[in-house]
Order: sequence, then structure tokens, then C-alpha cells
Amino acid sequence: MSQPDDSAILSRPRYGKLSPVEANFHVFVADDSGGNSILSLAQSVPKDFFNDAEIIYINTKPVDNKATLEGLEALGCPRLYTGPTIKAALPRINASLERMRMGTQVYLAGSESLLGLATMIAMQVGLDHQALQTEHQGSLARRVQCVHCKGITDNVTTQPANCDHCGLLLLVRDHYSRRVAAFQGVNINAEDPSDIPVKEEMFS
Amino acid sequence: MSSNATLDVVVSDVVTVNSLIKRFHFVRPDGSPLPAFSGGAHIVIEMQDGDTIRRTPYSLMSSPLNTTDYQVSIRRDDEGRGGSLYMHQQVTKGMPMRIGYPANLFSLDKRAPKQLMFAGGIGITPFLAQIHQLLKTNGNFELHYSARNEKLGAYVSELKQLIGHRLHVYYDDQDQRIDFDNLLSTQPAGTHVYVCGPAPMIDHVLTRCKAHGWPKAHTHFEHFAKAPPGEPFTLELRASNKFIEVGENQSMLEAIEAAGVDAPYLCRGGACGHCETDVLECDGTLLHEDHWLEDDERTSSRKVMPCVSRFKGQRLVLDR
Repeated sequence: MSQPDDSAILSRPRYGKLSPVEANFHVFVADDSGGNSILSLAQSVPKDFFNDAEIIYINTKPVDNKATLEGLEALGCPRLYTGPTIKAALPRINASLERMRMGTQVYLAGSESLLGLATMIAMQVGLDHQALQTEHQGSLARRVQCVHCKGITDNVTTQPANCDHCGLLLLVRDHYSRRVAAFQGVNINAEDPSDIPVKEEMFS
Repeated sequence: MSSNATLDVVVSDVVTVNSLIKRFHFVRPDGSPLPAFSGGAHIVIEMQDGDTIRRTPYSLMSSPLNTTDYQVSIRRDDEGRGGSLYMHQQVTKGMPMRIGYPANLFSLDKRAPKQLMFAGGIGITPFLAQIHQLLKTNGNFELHYSARNEKLGAYVSELKQLIGHRLHVYYDDQDQRIDFDNLLSTQPAGTHVYVCGPAPMIDHVLTRCKAHGWPKAHTHFEHFAKAPPGEPFTLELRASNKFIEVGENQSMLEAIEAAGVDAPYLCRGGACGHCETDVLECDGTLLHEDHWLEDDERTSSRKVMPCVSRFKGQRLVLDR
């Protein structure tokens, strides 16, 4: 399985571990097991830390995440939003980041798709990607942009993978675009379309 | 290797701005446009001061949209090693001089939805160039400019005309102070902050930025450290196989150059990192004056920035 640190491609995002920093306000965005990264950070902060914080939690597996959600609710954060999917939460993430003042620390934790999309939104409101903290938890499924038709295919777990839009069989590269929050997919059998490599699960 | 191409220029004007500041204009001898630059850029001016060649960085203050001349404003420093005094006392209209190509270590982040600028005293100069650029591109900015008193508040009236309510001026002698904490806690998402002025002001702004949770990627500062005078010492250049003397009013870099050794440099103010040099042996104390090295590099005595830092002790060997 492909791990972030294996890659020689510079654009391939690397993630760290959330750690509390001095700031006027804190915004957390997490999905599924990413919620546990917030809970783990919560163990090393003063009790009133979450008074000046907002949590946006995307809970795609309510049964599995029951304990995580209860933990987040117990933090006493004045604003805790939960949403069913990343897509449903994007406008909310955008609204929160757009109205934030400088001096707000943004923490992202969870699947690679969430980290990428939330980073893209943060950059759109003018934040430098290095101003964000990120921690990967859970799925490595990729958003892939087909370099031929520019269509984006979500939740790609295989190598190669088909473009949902034009149907070409794509080599999913580590080459990453922060602007569109997607890895680049390049046709793998352009010379001989009858040569169809076996798909392997690579990004689960 | 030093790849510092220089430009031959002529001093086309010297203007007294106030009791401490003079403005110098440089043109090409044939009057053709000078190389393009961006707001925040500096040039290194070469000064032939007797037997010594001084090279000192100064921010360009003129508009990047007009390169018929370059303008710098220089504050006289009676305590320094003599660069500003040379400019104030020796440089006259019509004099040929040599300057380096512009380089920018303090450029605007053009992705920012807003630029917040803090200037202290002569630190106003890079902002003047940046403001010309921002006015052209309709950029969103505000400038907070602090000076000792009205007389020393250079370019305040020009700025008022140019940017109106986006200028906020504070005079020390009228007990007016920039409210950094209020300003740093009320900026919209994506704002970048820039500070240029005396070292304590820069330190204060960076400290308050950190306390308010501003990311490093959104804070920018420009401060050219000055090579302080100090005790003379002997320096061994291992790669060149030379022993040289560093004089009281000479930086290590100047002494290296005077010995005919070609050493890399760019800003000559301890900010850019180009002249970083490996220390091979050090029996004594390195007196670091730069903004470049990390703390552990400083304490390890294995790296030094010869443009501004000095040495006190028995023996220093550099890989140069």
C-alpha cells in the first residue's frame, strides 16, 4: 500500500500530528477516525481550550464513530457541527474559514480526501497551506484528476483506475495539485489500449 | 562563487529629506531604463571609501513601474561603520557609482486578500515601492507608520496624498503608539503582515504575531543587520590557503574580498543566507549578528554569516 512518506514526488502531501498552538481561536475539521486526533490533542490542553474553538466533524459511519462523537461532544466546544459526508460539509467549512480572523489555528484530521479538500478551501480564502496543521487518519482513497479530460474521480483505491468521465484507464500518480485537491491520473495504455494492466488495490 | 553582477550608474540627484535622511537617485549613464524590480527589493551599493570598498544593502523606494531611476533613502548613522556617513558626506550629484542588481527578500504575497504593513522610521522605504505596485494592481492594504516626530516622519505628506485613509501615522513624541494587539486580532482570513523598522519593533511584532496565532507563512519582515565594529582578529581561509586580518571597521566578508577571495553574497545584511560559511575550527566565540541561522547552528559554532558576524578568540578557520 502506498504511504505518504514513500513518495519521491515533492508535491505529494505529507501530514504531521496535530498539536495545540497559541492562538486566539481554533477551528478543527475532521472526518471519521480523524475525530480521534482531536480527542488525543484534547488530552494535552487546558480545560477551557475548547471554549474558543469550533469543530466540524464529518461522521460517515455513525455506528463505528459513536464513541468518537460522544468524546467530541464532551469537549464542551460552543460550536460542534456534524455532517454526513464531506461533500455536505464543504459549504460549512468554507463559511467557517471565510469568516475567521487571522490568529485562528486550523487543524485538519482524517481521510486524505478531506485533508485535500479542506486545504483547498483554506487556500481559497487566502491561507497558506503551510499555515494549516494536518494529520492523516483513515482512508487513503484518492481524488484523481484525469489530465486528459480534467474530470475528477473520487474515492479511487486501485492502480490503475478508470476515469469516471472519459473512461480512460489512468495511472494514478503521486503528482498532486493543491489547487484542485487531486492526484493526477495519466492514461496508462495510450499506445495500445488493448493492453489492460490488472487493477490492484493500492489506496485503501 | 559570487555571481553578483553589478550595474554602473550615475547619481542623478541627492535630496535632503530631513535632518537625518537623504534620498539618492541613480540612473544609467546612457539614460536607458534600469532592470525591473518588485516592491520590497533592495540593492547593494558599492562605496569606494578610501582603500576600503563598502557594500551596503538599501531598500528601493521608487515605483517599480518606473525604472528610469532607482531611489533609496538613507538615514545617517553616526555610530555605524561609516557606510551611511560616506553616502551623506561624499556622494554628490553626477558621481559615477556601482550598484548590484535588485534582489527581493521582502516581496508581497500577491495571493493575500489583504496586506497589513508596519513601518518604523526609515523602515518606510520598501513599503513606498510596494504601495506603488499595490495601487497599480488595486490591492487591498493598510499602512501603519510610526516615527519619532513629525519632522522625522519622512514621506508622510506624499503618502497621505497617495493613499489617503489607508495611511495611519503615529508620532512617538505625541505618545501615539501602534495598537499591535488590536490590529493583529482583527484581520480577515488570509491577511499577510509585513514589518520593517528598528530591530526591537520587528521583534515585538513577530512576538505578538506568534502570541495571537499568526502562521509564520503570513508574517514577513525585513531588517538588514549591520556588521558592528569590533576587535581585529586573524582569520584562516582553509580552501584559499590564506591568513587574513579582519580590521576593526571591517566585516569578515569585506576582509575576505579584500584578500582577493571570491565569496558568495546577496544582501550583506544577515538576512538572505547566501554567504553562509562552514566553520572548520573555532577556538573562541562567534559573535552572530544575522537573522538567518537557526539557534542550534549558532550554538554549534559550525556555521557563520561573514557579512555581519564577528569573532573573538584565538583561532578561526573558515571553509572558504
